[in-house]
Amino acid sequence: MASEHPRANLPPLSLHVPEPKFRPGDAVDFVGVDVPPAGSAPRPDTAEAPRAMTDLAYTLVRVLDDNGQAVGPWNPRLSPDQARRLLADMVKLRAFDERMFRAQRQGKTSFYMKATGEEAVAVAAAHALHRDDMCFPSYRQQGLLISRGYPLVEMMNQIYSNKGDKLGGKQLPIMYSAKDFGFFSISGNLTTQYPQAVGWAMASAAKGDTRISAVWCGEGSTAEGDFHSACTFAAVYRAPVVMNIVNNQWAISSFSGFAGAEATTFAARAIGYGIAGLRVDGNDALAVYAATQWAAERARTNQGPTLIEHFTYRAEGHSTSDDPGQYRSAGEPTAWPLGDPVARLKDHLIAIGEWDEERHAAQDKATAEEVRAAQREAEKNGILGHGLHQPLDSLFDGVFEEMPWHLAEQRQQMLDEEAASGRPWARK
Amino acid sequence: MSNTVTEQIEAEAPPTTQRMNMIQAINSAMDVVMARDPDVIVMGEDVGYFGGVFRATAGLQAKYGKTRVFDTPITEIGIIGVAIGMGAYGLRPVPEIQFADYIYPALDQLVSEAARLRYRSAGEFTAPITVRSPYGGGIFGGQTHSQSPEGIFTHVSGIKTVIPATPYDAKGLLIAAIEDNDPVLFLEPKRIYNGPFNGHWDKPAENWSKHPAGEVPTGHYTVPLGTANIVRGGEAITILCYGTMVHVVERAVADMGVDAEILDLRTLIPLDIKAIEASVKKTGRCMIVHEATRTAGFGAELSALVTERCFYHLEAPVERVTGFDTPYPHSLEWAYFPGPVRIAEALKKIMKD
Repeated sequence: MASEHPRANLPPLSLHVPEPKFRPGDAVDFVGVDVPPAGSAPRPDTAEAPRAMTDLAYTLVRVLDDNGQAVGPWNPRLSPDQARRLLADMVKLRAFDERMFRAQRQGKTSFYMKATGEEAVAVAAAHALHRDDMCFPSYRQQGLLISRGYPLVEMMNQIYSNKGDKLGGKQLPIMYSAKDFGFFSISGNLTTQYPQAVGWAMASAAKGDTRISAVWCGEGSTAEGDFHSACTFAAVYRAPVVMNIVNNQWAISSFSGFAGAEATTFAARAIGYGIAGLRVDGNDALAVYAATQWAAERARTNQGPTLIEHFTYRAEGHSTSDDPGQYRSAGEPTAWPLGDPVARLKDHLIAIGEWDEERHAAQDKATAEEVRAAQREAEKNGILGHGLHQPLDSLFDGVFEEMPWHLAEQRQQMLDEEAASGRPWARK
Repeated sequence: MSNTVTEQIEAEAPPTTQRMNMIQAINSAMDVVMARDPDVIVMGEDVGYFGGVFRATAGLQAKYGKTRVFDTPITEIGIIGVAIGMGAYGLRPVPEIQFADYIYPALDQLVSEAARLRYRSAGEFTAPITVRSPYGGGIFGGQTHSQSPEGIFTHVSGIKTVIPATPYDAKGLLIAAIEDNDPVLFLEPKRIYNGPFNGHWDKPAENWSKHPAGEVPTGHYTVPLGTANIVRGGEAITILCYGTMVHVVERAVADMGVDAEILDLRTLIPLDIKAIEASVKKTGRCMIVHEATRTAGFGAELSALVTERCFYHLEAPVERVTGFDTPYPHSLEWAYFPGPVRIAEALKKIMKD
C-alpha cells in the first residue's frame, strides 16, 4: 500500500506512545530526575505578576537540605512547636492509613486508599491554611481531616459504613464529607471539584468574604476537561483559590507521561493561563507549608489564584484493589530521590536539637495506640463485613429535599417486598 | 415571614399584570427573584452586558451589577461546575447554557455532581442551582440548535426537569425553580419565546399578545413544581405533552374536533402522576406527544406509567407521536417535527376502536 502512495518518498509518520523508564524487574536509577538544591528557588513578593515568576514553574521550591537544615528564602521559620505538630499529624495520617489498609485486608471494609509518601502534601497545606478556608480534596487528602482534628472514629465509621456513619452508608469508603471542618464532599468523578472550588472562591469574593478555597487533584486528573475549565475561570475572575496538583508520578498504572509530563511540568500549565505557578518538593513539609502560605496570601490579597505542583511519589498501590508490582519496579519507592516526608521532617527536628529518636518512638507508639483505640470505638458501631447497618428505607433519603411520589412508592415497594420475602433485613 | 415584611414585598410589587412574551416573562422572573434574594446570581455565555442571545437577561447586569450578573468563558463544564461551587458556598446560581444542544460538556457536572451532592453528603452540601437552557426545534436550527434532551436528565435521580409552555407558567415555574433547594433543569421552548406556535409553519406566526397566558403578573408568584395544567378538559382521550407541543396539540385537536383532554405536564420530574391517572382513567385513551426522539425518550416512561397504572381503563394502546430516532435535520425539519399531520393521523388511529 505504502509504496503505491503518490507521496511514498516522504518519511512515514510515527506515533509516540510514552513509556515509563522502569517496569517490573528493572533496576531503578532516578538520576534523570532533576533535584535542585534546597534554598535555590527565589521567593517573589506575593503581589508580583505571574509573568515574573515563570521560572518557578520549572524548578523545585525546597527548604530542607540533605543535612536536615531549613534553608533559603522559602523557609517558613516555623516554631519548633509548629514543626512538631506538623510531624505529629503526618505520623498520625500514616498510622491511620496502615490501620485501615489492614482493616480492608481483614474484610472489615470493602476499600481503602493510602496516602503513603504524600503525607506532607495535605498535612502541611492544612497547617498553612486558615481553619475556615474551604478545601475541595480528591480522595488522597485525608491528611486535611486529620490535621483539622476531625475525629478518627468518624472517619472510620464512614470507612465501615456502620451505624455511626454520618453519610448513612451511601458513599464508598474514604469519600468523606465534613462541612464543619471545611472539607467538601468527595466525588468519585475525577477533577469535578476543580471548577467547584473556583466557584466557591468566586462566591466568597462576590460576597466580600475573606475566606479562600483550596483544591487538589492528581497529575493524571489534570488531563480532564474540568481542570482546563477551572483554570480558565480562576484566571478570568482572579478567584481566591489555591489549586494543587499532586504529581505522585502515577495514575493507577499510567505514569505521568500520559498526563503530559514528558513535555513539560504540571506547574507550567499555569503559565498559559496567566496564573502564578509553583513547583514544590512535595516530600518537604516545610516547602509545602511555605508555598501554601504564599499562595493563600496571594488569594487573600486579591492577587488571584496560584497553581502548585507538588512533586512527590505514590509510595504504595493506587488502592486496596491495586497491585503496583504489575506495572512498575518494586525499587521505585525506596530509590525516589526526594525521600520520605515523615523521615525528612523528623530528621530536621533532630538536626536542630528539637526532637530525638526516643521521643519519636514514643510518639509512634502513642499514635498507634490512639488509632487502635479509635478503631475499637468505631467497630462498636459495626463493620461493613457484618452487613447493613442503616435502616433499609434510608436508601431513599436525600435524593431530593422532599421525597417525590415516585421515590415514596419505590420505598414502600421495597419494604413490602422485604416483608413478604420472610427474610426482612435486621436493623442492626 | 412577619406581616411587615410581607406587606413591604407586596408594596414593592403592585398587584398588576402586563402583556409579556415568554422571554420577557423569564426576564421578569429573574428580576423579581434577584430583587428579593441577594444570593441569586445569573451567569453564562453572553448573559451579562449583552443581555443574552435571546435577550432573556437583558438589563439585569445594569440593574444588579457585574458580580451578580456576569459573562462567562465558553465552557459548559466550567459554568455548571462553578455554579455548583457557588451553591455549596450558599449562593443560588442561575446558570444559562446557551442552547440545550450544548449542555453535554456539562453532563458530568450535572449528573455526577449537582444531582448527587445532597445524597452523597447526607445533606451537608446541596446544589440549589437552576440551569436555564433554550431547547426544542421548529426554528430551522438544524442538528445543534433544535434538540430536546429532557429524557437524558429525567433518567438521572436527583435533578428536576421543568418545561413551561406559556409566559405565565414560564415566570411562575422559573421563580419556583430558583427558590427550590434542589438542582433544576429549566428547559425553555425557544420556538414559543415570541408566540404560541401551533405547528402551521407555513402560516403567519402568532404572538403572545392575544393569548390569555400572555398576561403576566409583574410581581412575585410561583407555579408549583410537580403540577400539570389541564389546558383543555375533555372526555374522549388524554393527550400528555409539554413545551411547544402543547400548542400544536391544541390546534390539532381543535381542527379534528376531538373532545380531548390536554395535559401540559409542566414538570417532568417530579411528575404530576395524579393528574395523569385521573384523566386517563376518565378517557380510556392516552396519546403522548413530544419533540424529542422516540426510543427511551420521556414518552416511553409516560407510556409505561400509564400502562401500569391505568391498564384496565385503557381502550386502545398508548400512542406516541415524537421526533424520529434521527439527528434533527435542517431542510427536512417539517417532516421530522411532530406537527399537525402526524398528530392528526395518530389521533385517527387511536380513536378508531
